[in-house]
Amino acid sequence: MASSAKKLLMDPFSSNNPITVQVLGICSALAVTVKVDTAIVMTLALTSVLTLSNVVISLLRNVIPSGIRMIVEMAVIATLVIIADQLLQAFLFDISKQLSVFVGLIITNCIVMGRAEAFALQNPPKESLLDGLGNGLGYGIILIAVASIRELLGFGSWFGIKILPESYMGNGLVLLAPGAFILLGLLIWAQRTITKYVEE
Amino acid sequence: MELLSIAVKATFVENILLAYFLGMCSFLACSKKVDTAIGLGLAVIFVLTITVPVNWCIYNFLLKPGALSWVPGTDLGGLDLSFLTFICFIATIASMVQLVEMVLDKFFPKLYHALGIFLPLITVNCAILGASLFMVEREYGVLPATVFGFSSGIGWLLAITSMAAIRKKLRYSHLPDGLKGLGIAMIMTGLMAMAFMCFSGIDL
Repeated sequence: MASSAKKLLMDPFSSNNPITVQVLGICSALAVTVKVDTAIVMTLALTSVLTLSNVVISLLRNVIPSGIRMIVEMAVIATLVIIADQLLQAFLFDISKQLSVFVGLIITNCIVMGRAEAFALQNPPKESLLDGLGNGLGYGIILIAVASIRELLGFGSWFGIKILPESYMGNGLVLLAPGAFILLGLLIWAQRTITKYVEE
Repeated sequence: MELLSIAVKATFVENILLAYFLGMCSFLACSKKVDTAIGLGLAVIFVLTITVPVNWCIYNFLLKPGALSWVPGTDLGGLDLSFLTFICFIATIASMVQLVEMVLDKFFPKLYHALGIFLPLITVNCAILGASLFMVEREYGVLPATVFGFSSGIGWLLAITSMAAIRKKLRYSHLPDGLKGLGIAMIMTGLMAMAFMCFSGIDL
């Protein structure tokens, strides 16, 4: 039991990472990674929504008729996202403004829906909780890695602290959309080379 | 003129996929073949053009702070239901997709069979929900909102079709193992986004 729980929690960090291997939830991985602080807040928001939705759906898994399961999942996820959004607006207003529509888009984030469909519907709550937590944090690791590189190269800082000397001219390209795509592409390459994962 | 400017902006300058990263999941999953890419792109245009104005009405007549003041004889005008935005929008999108599916099945069976499997997938395409949320954030009127929805769809179609064409060529290239599939797709998308950045600054 202990080892299977550990596997559930740890697998999503590398060998079954939601972003680089399962190819889920790419949108927000790119959009909120200009700075490290937004990436961390986004990770927290997504991890809590994912963990709770996994638990709720897993508790309901025997009473949901399979014909309407999508709608039930949507309703559960949307409710949790509304709570997360209201909390962010109440306590972290500036960051919630920066995240703009992307908090709302957690609803259609494929990781949440994907884990609910693929895992929570077949497994008891405890395993689902670990799975949600693992996948949320696995997503977060990639998010924070991309954000660290972008903030360091773009602003010369990390988490708002100046690291590179004043003479460093920020590289504007990594802050724009193309930079995000290319960086994530390279990160996926690195991650897949380490885990020896080959597509097709 | 203002409408034209919104259309050009949504299609090229601020392409919903290449500048805002919306709809990436289905973009990566369905861009392996050109036909499927076009089918999905058309379905997205279709659903976006319908859902954005419908969501506009829901937001402006029901949810916005003070939106209910049109109801006579009550004091509902003071209500602020905007916290229900997400759940209302996603419900609208899901039911609209269902409705579109049924209408197409009845009246245009050919188109229905061509789009068939992609229609239900669109509910969870973030481009659809994203466009509705942007429409709220930018406070468009109803006509600009419709134009915005339609041209965002066009932009998405453009991006996925060209990506599918590029990936067709990529299949014959020799890539390092780890870069195959997703890795190179992301880098190609990055280059495409860079190309689309040439449109920035266009203001009609």
